Amino acid sequence: MTAPALEFRDLHLTYRTADGPIPAVRGVSLALPAGASLGIAGESGSGKSTLASTVLRLQPRSATVTGQVLVDGEDVLGMTFKRLRALRWAQASIVFQGALHGLNPIQRVGDQVAEPIALHEPSIGTDDVHRRVGELFEQVGLPPARAAAYPHQLSGGQRQRVMIAMALACRPRIIVADEPTTALDVMVQAQVLRVLTDLVAELGLTLVLISHDLSVLADTCQRAAVMYAGRVVEEGPSTAVFERGAHPYSRALAAAFPRVGDPRFRYAPAGLPGDPPFPGEVGEGCPFAPRCPHSRPDCTSGEVQLAAVGPGREAACRYPLLDDDEGLR
Amino acid sequence: MGPGARYALRSVASGLGTLLFVVVFNFFLFRMLPGDPIGLYTRGRNVPPEQIEALRAELDRPLLEQFVTYLANPFASTINSARYNQPVWTLIGDRVWATLLLVGTAIVLASILGTWIGIRAGWRRGERFDRVSTGVTLTLYSMPEFWLGMILLITFGVGVGFVPGVFPIGGIITPGVDPTSLAGVLDVMWHMVLPVTTLMVVYLAEYALVMRASLIDELGEDYLTVARAKGLMDKVVRRRHAVPNALLPTVTLILLNLGFVVSGAITVETVFSWPGLGLLSYDALRGPDIALLQAIFLLFSIGVIVANIIADLLYAVLDPRVRA
Amino acid sequence: MSVRDALPGPAEGGPATPPPTGAGAPDGPGAGPPSRRRLARARRSAARRRAWAQFRRSRSGMAGLLVLVGFGLVALLAPVLFPPETISVTDATGEPMAPPTAGFPLGTDESGRSILALVVWGARVSLVVGLAATLMSMLIGTVIGVMAGHFAGWFGVALNRFTDWFLVIPFLPLAIVLATVLGASLLNIIIVIGVTSWPGTARLVRAQTLAVSARPYLERARALGGGDWHQMSRHVLPNVMPLVLANTTLMVALAILSETTLSFLGLGDPLRPSWGGILDGAFTNGAMSVGAWWYVLPPGLCVVAVVLAFTLIGRTLETIVDPRRGVRA
Repeated sequence: MTAPALEFRDLHLTYRTADGPIPAVRGVSLALPAGASLGIAGESGSGKSTLASTVLRLQPRSATVTGQVLVDGEDVLGMTFKRLRALRWAQASIVFQGALHGLNPIQRVGDQVAEPIALHEPSIGTDDVHRRVGELFEQVGLPPARAAAYPHQLSGGQRQRVMIAMALACRPRIIVADEPTTALDVMVQAQVLRVLTDLVAELGLTLVLISHDLSVLADTCQRAAVMYAGRVVEEGPSTAVFERGAHPYSRALAAAFPRVGDPRFRYAPAGLPGDPPFPGEVGEGCPFAPRCPHSRPDCTSGEVQLAAVGPGREAACRYPLLDDDEGLR
Repeated sequence: MGPGARYALRSVASGLGTLLFVVVFNFFLFRMLPGDPIGLYTRGRNVPPEQIEALRAELDRPLLEQFVTYLANPFASTINSARYNQPVWTLIGDRVWATLLLVGTAIVLASILGTWIGIRAGWRRGERFDRVSTGVTLTLYSMPEFWLGMILLITFGVGVGFVPGVFPIGGIITPGVDPTSLAGVLDVMWHMVLPVTTLMVVYLAEYALVMRASLIDELGEDYLTVARAKGLMDKVVRRRHAVPNALLPTVTLILLNLGFVVSGAITVETVFSWPGLGLLSYDALRGPDIALLQAIFLLFSIGVIVANIIADLLYAVLDPRVRA
Repeated sequence: MSVRDALPGPAEGGPATPPPTGAGAPDGPGAGPPSRRRLARARRSAARRRAWAQFRRSRSGMAGLLVLVGFGLVALLAPVLFPPETISVTDATGEPMAPPTAGFPLGTDESGRSILALVVWGARVSLVVGLAATLMSMLIGTVIGVMAGHFAGWFGVALNRFTDWFLVIPFLPLAIVLATVLGASLLNIIIVIGVTSWPGTARLVRAQTLAVSARPYLERARALGGGDWHQMSRHVLPNVMPLVLANTTLMVALAILSETTLSFLGLGDPLRPSWGGILDGAFTNGAMSVGAWWYVLPPGLCVVAVVLAFTLIGRTLETIVDPRRGVRA
């Protein structure tokens, strides 16, 4: 068995703030073989974006991190800064939310796509860099002439395509897409997602896709992990997690994004009472217990660990739901 | 007409509007002065009777007629300076170069040093360099510039205790030295040291604070994270992405704050007897020399208005978002 | 009003001082308007306490406040510390332009007056002129700003243009021209600074007013038939005031600097010299050419201390009122 392309080992990340430490990620272990695709879902504040930022060690200085993040077997958190800079973008890259401010507003988008190529492959001449940028633009469905545009001259969807082209610029083997379609129109979301997944499949890349929408992950990724309050609460084949989640939270999250035409969503999605816990105030027991419709008295004590709930499936719940449970629906 | 041209036209038109306002204001304000206008304009000076006659003929015309003449060409004032008994615009023309030399040098040095300090402090916000430099720049910013000039003059011009006064205590050149010779040029530079230092230090404080604030505004932006993720070195992220974006507001703010530069020139030239427009303003105000004051006010206002227009246009050149 | 109003108040947790109720209305259920007003008052006083607690945490803000209290006391006690005759030109007892001695700790001026006494009396003038000019400028700026923001039609546009014009005209030349026309006196200096420094406030208030006007409760007030005056005084102003107050503190600093400059140029009251007036005396009487540093140094240091104090307090207040802007402080 070969080493995983990307692996998190017992990762903890705590932000230091004026109001005390805030643990954003509290012990995450995940492994992803080369060429696989993993979706990570969760509400805002669940720690999924923080987790993504650690792949290239992009967390702010004010964060303390323990555990390991292995890219092709190398620990990103422990390596020298020089090695880290060489690894960034060349081995793994990130598709940021380009619809917002991921692009430098006063630089032409083509130059921004070309920048990492010139940096990581200095032997390539200017003309070849130029040609590669043109190819990348075509790959993501943009006319190469748009390379001369400034970000504000592009639509949200076009900007997001640029972000994808940029992530592919140095031909990395791993792509982390952090909410790549948030803030886009629904129609454009589908197009952008199609561009991304097609390219990942075509190039055989390893993909981590982060989204708050579990249904999107079910459509695009082989496996899915659901995060809550800084932890993975369920992990397994994405369709299984989406359609028959073992953790009550997975079911609640899935119900929040009903699929049109699916008879199981005939009723309005059952919202969840309450809010996710404030990261600094997670108590003992299952963090979801206060909002959980199935919680029992002992849910609020002890540690609730991930445990197998089926072949290739794990959930952090003492009373996991069975496949035919009606659950929240 | 492209959007860029429309933008340029709009900013020029707005500048002209302000100019018109200044001209109107300038004309009527002085006409509101109580007392005999002739006395005001000639205060304390023996004026040949024919000149008084000319002045009276000018000032006795209907106000509206005078105003139209003034509006047609504000620079064609026929009233002489009371103090120097010379046409005011000739006086101003003689003095303008000394001011440009002094202020120009100070601005160039201050903007280089100030932005450098602001960038360093803002990029590493809260660290030692930032804490020290922000403390120092805030203190300098709180300082009346002429007071700093007086202190420098006493310390290094006159000499206090062990410190010998090596620098000239005023003027632009030692009398009798030919300004076109090498010795003359060096002498002028020697005279410039103290006043330029004073102005530079005060301007620098402002520029450093502005640059620091606008860089800090950029720090949280996502495109900097993207640049880091690409594997760029920290200093390249700063130089290529953060600083160009932060410079936009800084450059315009520096140009928009030319009024602040003018204030410094007036008081510091006074302290160092630097024969420029600032000292001329001081003389005009001590008189008071109304005709001269009027002309100087108009000139300074025009200078600031032009700087505003340049700031607008420069912003459009530097920022692609405005051009579109 | 400002944070300083909360100064003598009890620490958090202590009972709030009961507001003086007008008619002693009963506080039973259904007491109506008085109780509602009391509620609003309690809320405001709680907000003040919170702001004060936040302010106390800022070291630079507290340092500024301390310096200011010190100068305020000195200014108040000036007649006790130095009887008025000590700064009279004719009753002066010292040698002219004498360096510091035991009797005259800061030396004397050209007429043999104690510099220390002059500086202490100068504090009164500088502080009063600075505060009065700021008050005037704030009133003009707030009125014009609120109206420019509130009235959408030609009136608002005209006010806005007017503000822009004044913003462009260079301050010192304008102030000199005005002061020359009005004549040299303390009141005139206050007027000159007041009428030349309002455009900054007006612009800030206008922007804030526009932001407030877009909020739903103002729409509701309009829908319910609230007149312009009602909207501006009851809804816009209370929301704009906190920012104006923070801005005001910064403006006092500028006003004192302006006063110093104008007085130095000889536009102040020669009989009641401010710190700038003392510097004017030093300059015109040749203190510099005889190296009389004791004449020049103290008044300038006082200006720096007070201006810096107001600036530090203003920056701290800005952070409290508008955290997003204040981050830069």
